[in-house]
Amino acid sequence: MHDCDPEKSKVPVDNAAAVGIKTITVALMGNPNSGKTTIFNNLTGARQHVGNYGGVTVETKEGTLRHGSWRIKMVDLPGTYSLTAYSMEEIIARDFIIQQKPDVIVDIVDGANIERNLYLAVQLKELGVPMVLVLNMADEMKAKGLHADIKKLSEIIGAPVVPAVGVRNRGTDKIVARIIEVAQGSWSQPEKVPVHYGSEIENELKKIAAPIARQAGKIKQTGADCDYPLCVEINPQWVALKLLENDSEVIHKVHDSAIRQEVNQQVQHSRKYLTSIYGEDPESVIAEQRYGYVHGICRTVIRRTSEARINFSDKLDKVLTNRLLGLPIFAALMYVTFWFVFAAGQYPMGWIEIGQQILAEQVSNLWPSGSDSVLRSLIVDGIITGVGGVVIFLPNIMLLFLALSLLEDTGYMARAAFIMDRLMKWVGLHGKSFIPMLTGFGCSVPAIMATRILDNRRDRLTTILILPLMSCGARVPIYLLIIPAFFTSARSASVVMYSMYLIGLVIAIVCARLLRSTMFRGESSPFVMELPPYRIPTLKAVLIHMWQRSWLYLRKAGTVILAFSVLMWFLASHPQLPQERIEQLRQEKAVALEQQGNYSASELAAVQLTNQQLQDARLSYSITGRLGRTLEPLLKPLGFDWRIGTALVGSFPAKELFVSQMGIVFSLGEVETEESLGQALHSDQDQPDAASANSSTQAALRTRLKQAYSPLVGFCIMLFCLISAPCMATVAVTRRETNSWRWPMFQFFGLTGLAYLITLVVYQVGSFVQIGI
Amino acid sequence: MEQPLTLADLEPGCKAKILRIQGNSPFKKRLLEMGLVRGEVIEKLKLAPLADPAEYVIKNYHISLRREEAGDIILEELI
Ligand SMILES: Nc1nc2c(ncn2[C@@H]2O[C@H](COP(=O)(O)OP(=O)(O)OP(=O)(O)O)[C@@H](O)[C@H]2O)c(=O)[nH]1
Ligand SMILES: [Mg+2]
Repeated sequence: MHDCDPEKSKVPVDNAAAVGIKTITVALMGNPNSGKTTIFNNLTGARQHVGNYGGVTVETKEGTLRHGSWRIKMVDLPGTYSLTAYSMEEIIARDFIIQQKPDVIVDIVDGANIERNLYLAVQLKELGVPMVLVLNMADEMKAKGLHADIKKLSEIIGAPVVPAVGVRNRGTDKIVARIIEVAQGSWSQPEKVPVHYGSEIENELKKIAAPIARQAGKIKQTGADCDYPLCVEINPQWVALKLLENDSEVIHKVHDSAIRQEVNQQVQHSRKYLTSIYGEDPESVIAEQRYGYVHGICRTVIRRTSEARINFSDKLDKVLTNRLLGLPIFAALMYVTFWFVFAAGQYPMGWIEIGQQILAEQVSNLWPSGSDSVLRSLIVDGIITGVGGVVIFLPNIMLLFLALSLLEDTGYMARAAFIMDRLMKWVGLHGKSFIPMLTGFGCSVPAIMATRILDNRRDRLTTILILPLMSCGARVPIYLLIIPAFFTSARSASVVMYSMYLIGLVIAIVCARLLRSTMFRGESSPFVMELPPYRIPTLKAVLIHMWQRSWLYLRKAGTVILAFSVLMWFLASHPQLPQERIEQLRQEKAVALEQQGNYSASELAAVQLTNQQLQDARLSYSITGRLGRTLEPLLKPLGFDWRIGTALVGSFPAKELFVSQMGIVFSLGEVETEESLGQALHSDQDQPDAASANSSTQAALRTRLKQAYSPLVGFCIMLFCLISAPCMATVAVTRRETNSWRWPMFQFFGLTGLAYLITLVVYQVGSFVQIGI
Repeated sequence: MEQPLTLADLEPGCKAKILRIQGNSPFKKRLLEMGLVRGEVIEKLKLAPLADPAEYVIKNYHISLRREEAGDIILEELI
């Protein structure tokens, strides 16, 4: 459904047993936002999501490529600043290289930001893994007037260095060639660790490493199971360094090993000793030394060929995050975004609708007029109405993701987090929480995944729980069906539309604040975030992202929506009203008329049910009708009748199904025969024999909604859909990301309860003061 | 005793050298590995519209920090 499965490799699966095929695993590492995914896509032909802020990739993604007799399994990892993992996605990256031990690591370095990026490269060298260094963003280096001496850099680092421009697919072939050279062992690994930390620290490192090396030797001899991190393949010097750096993860692992006491004692002793002589904890000293070393490298290999001028990005940022203008610009940008999504979407929407109308008419015409065919009803009332009702909104969905994609790729996302951080802090959250919240306007599923960029579990859980309150793309069809039906003036329509988005946001913020001061009480994690330079999005990346999300929407329409539409149609049309029951109803009507007097006996005998009465009777006799009537007492106080009730229940698999169900219920309720006495419901363009075909169109459905409900009810429907139970996919992803059923259940029932409460108040107050009825 | 000068006290538009980072949290390590080590020059570029956080430039890249955390970063001298 919504999930973003890793792109299947484009390379045909070859026979692994084929002669001479060597398979190797290669991991792409690097700082956040250095272009790893861009290069991964270049290498494998995959289409993974790229965006201009740190933390786009939050899980490992795989792809394969073939080169001669080599099969290379590429793994794209989340970005990380160092090997001391801090947030969840960094732990994923670190664990991958230590536990899976890829054959080669490709370190993607942002050349325009080389000093900080080389810090990780040096750490990888310390770990002693076979490495290829890619100097990405060579274009931006050039623009900044920086020139790198590739050969020298390669000599110092002890690994091949390849300059590349990810966005232009430059350097890709060279990267592959170097990977293979390294895998073949043509690049000898220098034995010694590159950074010298000063004799005091080096001495202590030796002392800590000694028992670890001994244990590793023992393991090697006995061939016992690998005792991570005292693994034979990981050098003891590295473990010692990490222990001295107070790396909680490695400390934790040593705790499980046989030599923990000896090692721990030594580490504690060394740390104390070093702190006393440096007047600083060892990790500060080590970081400083390592950065000193990196600085030295940069001085030797980087030449500034021209003075850096104030660049385009800085100028733009002066305006966009200006103290006075920053917030108004942000608000305006949001407004324009949604205006664009809805206004520009109308035209193609009209075309799709006309197409559907023609289709429904053509299909209807295959049967003789007035026929009672079940198949006709299934296709026209069930499938075309149900699926079509959702597909109509495809243009809006495409535009929505186009807009989000632009926000992500230009680098504005990080600025939004920067601008909103103060507000989010008041809520108890983090500026970075704002990034998933914006993504949530598209779809909650990737948004919930994106919360992995939050380092603190409480921040993360709170954000996950409130994310469904962001009006996602699946709510768009509901709004676009309801709003034009009840709020006809352009002004009121747009006010209501924006108010839905705002209400969601406000409730989310209030809920977050509540959660943070009750269940998730505690310090918010510190806020540190890199602000990437603004970049001009590549057409390819934007189109791919838009297309992928739209395709998921379409696929959902073709699978979940289709299946449930058929189910809903079945439930709404079965069991069929038996003939005796019709007769009974007719007689009841006659009796009622008789009591009014002034009808002759012959008139009474000939009394017929109007088609509307007949259809109502059919619907309420169906399973849907019965279910709806059971729910009705519960929903009455919200102003909802049984039809809305069933649509709400039906919208659990996917929110869009609300629209499908309303379409199905109302189109089944529509009259198909020509001899209608007084067509209770008639839309302006109704012609008798096209009536049923027309019934599948949005305009006709809106007319019917308008006749059946008041604007207040219309508003309450949207309100309830906005707040209530998240869809099935959201529940599933929350379950996966929180690793327990507790949170998705809490989210599900909590939000549904909240929706009930708020809608109840709004409806009751609205009816009382007579607004919109 | 005189309060040491911290990054939070720095005026927008000013630069200073970092002396050390107070405290002992995992967060400190994050700042260190992002390059906020002793002797490094950091410039406060501007404040966010709601006065917090602020944007800094260090090692030629832009980073944003809240006032709270900036208060833990002790500066050596203004330049
Ligand atoms: N100018 C320029 N931009 C690039 C280059 N390579 C990548 N980019 C841009 O840099 C941004 C980050 O690219 P990604 O591939 O998403 O980076 P990543 O390393 O996967 O980022 P995370 O997954 O967030 O760690 C995107 O906006 C790319 O378009 C390049 O060579 N030159
Ligand atoms: Mg990525």
